[in-house]
Amino acid sequence: MLIFEHTTQGRQNTAQAPVVNAEVNDIPVELRRKTAAPLPELSELQVVRHYTRLSQKNFSIDTHFYPLGSCTMKYNPRACNSLAMLPGFLSRHPLAPEKFSQGFMACIYELQNMLCEVTGMAGFSLTPMAGAQGEFAGVAMIRAYHDAKQDFERKEILVPDAAHGTNPATATMCGYTVKEIPTLDNGDVDLDALKQAVGPQTAGLMLTNPSTLGVFERRIEEIAKTVHQAGGLLYYDGANLNAILGKIRPGDMGFDVIHSNLHKTFSTPHGGGGPGSGAIGVSNRLKPFLPLPMVAKEGESYRWLTEKDCPQTIGRLSAFMGNAGVLLRAYVYMRLLGKEGMQRVGEFATLNANYMMAQLKNKGFDVAIPDRRASHEFIVTLKKQAKELHVTAMDFAKRLLDLGYHAPTTYFPLLIPECLLIEPTETEAKESLDGFIEAMLQIQSEAENDAEFVKGAPYTMPVKRLDEVRAAKQLDLSWVNQS
Amino acid sequence: MPFIPHTEDEIRDMLSVIGADSIEQLFDEIPAHLRIKKLEGIPDGLNEMEVSRLMTARAAQDGMPVCFMGAGAYDHHIPAAVWQITTRGEYYTAYTPYQAEASQGTLQLIYEFQSMMTALTAMDVSNASLYDGASALSEAVLMAVRGNRKSKSRRILVPTNVNPVYRSATKSIVQHQAIELIDVEFDTKTGQTTLDALKAYEGEDITAVVISQPTFFGTLEQVDAITDWAHANGIMVIAVVNPTSLSLLKPPGEWGDKGVDIACGDGQPLGAPMSSGGPYYGFMCCKKEHVRQMPGRIVGRTLDQDGKEGFVLTLQAREQHIRRSKATSNICTNQGLVVTASTIYMSLLGPQGLEKVAAACHLNTNRLIEKVSAVKGVDVLFNGIVFHEVVLKLNKPVAEVLAALAEKNILGGFDLSSDYPQLKNAMLVCATEMRTDEEIDRYARALSEIL
Amino acid sequence: MSEIPTDLRYTKSHEWVRLEEDGTVTVGITDHAQELLGDIVFVELPEVDMEYTAEDACCVIESVKAASDMYMPITGEVIDTNQALVDEPDMINSSPYDDGWIFRIKPADEDDVEQLLDASTYESEIADE
Repeated sequence: MLIFEHTTQGRQNTAQAPVVNAEVNDIPVELRRKTAAPLPELSELQVVRHYTRLSQKNFSIDTHFYPLGSCTMKYNPRACNSLAMLPGFLSRHPLAPEKFSQGFMACIYELQNMLCEVTGMAGFSLTPMAGAQGEFAGVAMIRAYHDAKQDFERKEILVPDAAHGTNPATATMCGYTVKEIPTLDNGDVDLDALKQAVGPQTAGLMLTNPSTLGVFERRIEEIAKTVHQAGGLLYYDGANLNAILGKIRPGDMGFDVIHSNLHKTFSTPHGGGGPGSGAIGVSNRLKPFLPLPMVAKEGESYRWLTEKDCPQTIGRLSAFMGNAGVLLRAYVYMRLLGKEGMQRVGEFATLNANYMMAQLKNKGFDVAIPDRRASHEFIVTLKKQAKELHVTAMDFAKRLLDLGYHAPTTYFPLLIPECLLIEPTETEAKESLDGFIEAMLQIQSEAENDAEFVKGAPYTMPVKRLDEVRAAKQLDLSWVNQS
Repeated sequence: MPFIPHTEDEIRDMLSVIGADSIEQLFDEIPAHLRIKKLEGIPDGLNEMEVSRLMTARAAQDGMPVCFMGAGAYDHHIPAAVWQITTRGEYYTAYTPYQAEASQGTLQLIYEFQSMMTALTAMDVSNASLYDGASALSEAVLMAVRGNRKSKSRRILVPTNVNPVYRSATKSIVQHQAIELIDVEFDTKTGQTTLDALKAYEGEDITAVVISQPTFFGTLEQVDAITDWAHANGIMVIAVVNPTSLSLLKPPGEWGDKGVDIACGDGQPLGAPMSSGGPYYGFMCCKKEHVRQMPGRIVGRTLDQDGKEGFVLTLQAREQHIRRSKATSNICTNQGLVVTASTIYMSLLGPQGLEKVAAACHLNTNRLIEKVSAVKGVDVLFNGIVFHEVVLKLNKPVAEVLAALAEKNILGGFDLSSDYPQLKNAMLVCATEMRTDEEIDRYARALSEIL
Repeated sequence: MSEIPTDLRYTKSHEWVRLEEDGTVTVGITDHAQELLGDIVFVELPEVDMEYTAEDACCVIESVKAASDMYMPITGEVIDTNQALVDEPDMINSSPYDDGWIFRIKPADEDDVEQLLDASTYESEIADE
């Protein structure tokens, strides 16, 4: 039942609302609202019960193993939340003068520096509010760089065909056309094709490394050289940074600009789809173009950098300081881990992924790129099952829900048919990984004996498979405006 | 090892299944000379006690001044239940609801949020949120360019009384798509956008006009007249609204004869703490005919195989992961957790509670105006009704006055001199429902001592 | 195997074209294209009176899994669109060559139709996919 359907007209929570002793009578009637907004009217208990019960219809990291490839669903330490929500931080007005902001600014300044250190970049701006906005900032900086050199002929961004969909979408937003570069069967970028593609029209290349196929791009230095020699810049999509954290740095690989999804690598919560943070780092040549605001330190005090300090900045992307509360959570996480803890992230994320890949391979599943090391994730392809048993990756995914596991990412990357992209993360214990492998085997045997049963899954969720065609055709997007 | 559960035995077992001698060997595809040994610039790890000590000290360092500052972020009361429920792990640690059957909690909540936003704005549909108010305006501009198929100019009228940082962020975001944002100056006496100023563009191809209600200065626009003028000239209307105001002020869906095309704004006042600027969220509502141009995620109600009601992400075909370089926007995440808080906030307050909040803010600001008007050296800059926020003109440089107020632990307002140098010594002041009569008196007293 | 009527002309991007007796041209998408898209949920029709050049993206066809551009097969001016698709976009699935037609144009040059692929060439095009 919807919360609106619990409404009783006239019910109010007087304890939560302010006391109003006078009438508002100075606003002209033509500017006033005529009838009250049709919002729900419930008691506090009813509201608390409704939303507590709704929460129980969710899978989450706190309740289930959530090996969603490319999303890095690792444990979100509780301390990060409670310390970011200290009253002094919550009540700070974003435009408060520096006098009332030194504690907050110290955290932001140190976070900028720590991110430079783990990625090998020269400067960081934390303002982008999600990976996609970080990408936008990064490509906008590439454009600003070429523009500043009066080089207006570079109109093309190269993107491997295995890339996240945001990459081409971002390039378009920045006024570029997109050229796709093919990927070899072994997961590496087709270097010959790249060499053919670069030229005076190349503004840059956007690359995820390890790639979305779950393997490390071994010829990264040659790729960097190829793009740089053509006068282009190299963009690092940090979606998979968790795989290499503390082992190798994008700056050392030759990247000029990176975004880091703090909600992946640095364990801020995904919150049902945000807020995220797409902090953006650059090499020296792009530093003048970083988006504002940023924090600088002078003597013992911190101050905001403005357009006066950074005349070439690509500007502001948010009303204030990006998702400040998310930044504080990432800061606390990094302080808890410290230098040694951070190096272990990449190690154990990789160990878990390679272990699961080896086990699934041993038990008869087909791995998309079997002869390579997995990064922090890997791909199982169910092409064989789809062909022989008519049971698809989607069917496996839905049946996994019944067995208590959130499904891996399905049907991404687009290059691999019937794929499951599996990312266990470093915080998952061996018994969870073994449990998942058992579940995959169980589904395989169910599929062999009774394919229809698997195709009907899930059975134990609050709803069965939903009619997406109906949802898109007969749009029902608001309870209030049922026509 | 923080948050890593592996024992030595387990590591050994796992490596033997993989057929590797060491964890280090798992990285052997990475060129050896690129590998790093140590992260020298990162401090040693702290335990939870140490990090708590550090953060508690830093939070305390920022003091908690009495806040008379608004300018896009407002100090409202947030009922205790809001964030206690929001930070339940089932909301806090879930991801985007791609597996609908295992995400009905988040999906239904977003559907309820969309419903509440349409109730508040009187628009047909709402999306599941954007990053913040500034990004909502920039996405609204992009959407209008796609949606107004009769207009080819990609020119948008933007009055300068729209929040200046929304304007500059919008410029940063849309400038590479050959979109022209045209400043329209406000009337210096009223702070309003006049119809005459807009009529200067009559006969030209204009894609959309932005109207802020209230304006950045707190003043109220003649929204009906502007909306009707725009529609008569084939111009789409984008409303930027403060959601708190909507229980008192006419909702954008009812402006003029037809209502606006797109309404957007920042959702922070509905249950998000000021928290240094984020996370907030941007909301966006539109008329039904534009829904397929709307960016961001949208939840729809549908049926499952057994005919039972359920919720799914819909209209996904427009999104970046399918449409790639042809997507309407590169946005993927929304601000789900803050939307969760907002939905609970609106449910707890209900229509009457929200109206009380709006009324209390308005009356408090009126009281503040009355008190400071009596102070020598203070004038109210614009004549006319304001909601919730007001521009004061001082007889001294604002920075000096604000610094002196800060000494008295008062966050005295927002200095307008860098965004609006033509207004001279002007500052923007706000008193929400959180300010007591005593605090307002104290503010006026402090001002009179300083001036 | 999808249906490919021999009296129509085709494009590589899966539009079909029929030259009517009055010199106008009717355009839709092929049976093969609708199969690829799956259940069609919405069609964003082009604006009547708009002039397009061959290969311009002029309309969007949306299914649950994809939103695909449709391209103008030949240069011309749109004179009519199939309004029945507003409520029943799935007619493109059920009847791609008849009830599911999408728009009519007045071609800049009738002879352009002859330059498009014939049924057997189109058939070998999609066989290669």
